Amino acid sequence: MNKRVQTVLLACVLCVAGIAAAQAQLTVDITKGNSSPIPIAIVPFSGEGLAVDVAQVVEGDLARSGRFAPLARAAQPQQPTQASQIDWPQWKLVKTDYLAIGRIRADGAGYVIEVELHNVLSGERVLGVSVNATGSGLRLSAHRIADLLYEKLIGVPGAFATRIAYVAVEGPVAARHWRLVVADSDGENPVTIVDSKQPLMSPSWSPDGTQLAYVSFEGRVSSVFVQSIQTGVRDRVSGRAGINGAPAWAPDGRRMALALSQPDGNVDVFVLDLETKALLRVTDDPAIDTEPCFSADGQSLYFTSDRAGRPQIYQIRLAPGERAKRLTFEGSYNARPRLSPDGKMLAVVTQDQGAYRIARVDIATGQSLVLTTGRLDESPTFAPNGQTVIYSARERGRGVLATVAIDSGVVTRITLASGDIRDPAWSPRL
Amino acid sequence: MNRLNVCTLAALVAVSFTLAGCPKKPTVKPNATDAQTVAQTGDSANTGRGSGADSNAVRPLTDTHGALPAGEGELGATIRFEYDSAEIKAEYQPIISSEGKQLAANRHLQLRLEGNTDERGSAEYNIALGERRAQAVKKALLLVGAIDSQLTTLSYGEERPLADGHDEAAWTQNRRVEIVVTAR
Repeated sequence: MNKRVQTVLLACVLCVAGIAAAQAQLTVDITKGNSSPIPIAIVPFSGEGLAVDVAQVVEGDLARSGRFAPLARAAQPQQPTQASQIDWPQWKLVKTDYLAIGRIRADGAGYVIEVELHNVLSGERVLGVSVNATGSGLRLSAHRIADLLYEKLIGVPGAFATRIAYVAVEGPVAARHWRLVVADSDGENPVTIVDSKQPLMSPSWSPDGTQLAYVSFEGRVSSVFVQSIQTGVRDRVSGRAGINGAPAWAPDGRRMALALSQPDGNVDVFVLDLETKALLRVTDDPAIDTEPCFSADGQSLYFTSDRAGRPQIYQIRLAPGERAKRLTFEGSYNARPRLSPDGKMLAVVTQDQGAYRIARVDIATGQSLVLTTGRLDESPTFAPNGQTVIYSARERGRGVLATVAIDSGVVTRITLASGDIRDPAWSPRL
Repeated sequence: MNRLNVCTLAALVAVSFTLAGCPKKPTVKPNATDAQTVAQTGDSANTGRGSGADSNAVRPLTDTHGALPAGEGELGATIRFEYDSAEIKAEYQPIISSEGKQLAANRHLQLRLEGNTDERGSAEYNIALGERRAQAVKKALLLVGAIDSQLTTLSYGEERPLADGHDEAAWTQNRRVEIVVTAR
């Protein structure tokens, strides 16, 4: 399957339309699909003609997941908006298993979107939902509808009503600039929240999705900042001498794990209490200890260490006198752990046949499964529904983002119009 | 409207716009408009509010570090490393000795040792590896005449490659410590 879901808007179209704001600069492609996606049709909703084609957004989400094969609008035999209008035999003829219809009506300052999902074979209505939307929130509401349809048919909620933070790097080597960007999960509405002539890296979402922690090298020193997505107000939470890096929030949102260096340059893992500013040293080892992430219960950290010679994943409990336990033994390089939402798996960077790829590691057994096939895959993080991992990759020299489904191997790719994108971080549900 | 129609329409619009004088290749420079609309804050990075669809505004920041002290930014020398290694190879000992002599002779001379890695592997691990390389150079310089206050270290990890390629030739170039003169 090589279905292309274009979300990029051509600049000239924008010129003609006179729309200057909020260009989407990302393109999302499915590069490797599922062998048996569910045939579904999302017909245009009544009351459309709004700034957002709600049914189209829903269709794009489902198509990008790789789990669905939406029927193109031109191939739809009819476009009913009420169940009573559905001509069942016609839909059976085009071999569509499910049919979603909907209606949008104004409601005060906003809208109400009603959507029904029908099983074409049984004629049964399997889902009926009503979603409120503000005028500027139509896209978000469309993503919520896609989440509900996904949940009904796949059995776990979708992760479409979410955002992705990433770093965009542009310009020649000698004159680079870095932007920290937050975009919708489909690449739309990209908003630059930090722009710098020095590197930006390692964005990490607060558990409530309102703040991003990140590393900035502004001033030619590394610092960790926490910035409000809504207001842009930020706070330098760690600006000690040396390395301030690898921020990762605790599940309680009140603590943050960091990698900090000692005067001799050695990097260890610490936990910072964001309220009291108290700093707890977690590791003390002459090796590199970095890239911490909290366990689901907030009582221990997973981290990368080369104390055995090469980078491997370790776990340490946050209690005095605890020793780190090695988790990964497969392969000569395992780094940058990120926890799955169910707390049972880690996504890591692993060396596989001379390449750097993304693997999932079962925490209980230590068993590892390589998920990707790139040469320079990095920075994995799970979607909040645990179904996919987003990571950065190199493709013909360009930095791109990609997602891989942890079970089906469906791969999608997100590219920027120019320059590199890297260091993705998937937000919690919005 | 199906995808084909969208593409066809876009192409037609693009063509007609080209004829009307639009740049042939649409160059959507991210935030090109922002750059013009942002106000100077005097901060050192541009932060903006990201409230969603309609707020693309970014307050651009001036790099206050743009004004360098005399001598800052001057490149002293570059020392290269093997993969995942911070060992200084024998061939660089003459450079270390020479820098050490200069540091001993002029205590006003200050250097920043910037550690870098190639792009392979995870970014934060590479920050730590770059620091390890910078520290290795620092230790070597302390042995040949430098004093601690003359040397600072900084690791950019894989963030600031010298060569833009993605092969062994580029990686060899990028695994390095740059010795930068910050005061003399």
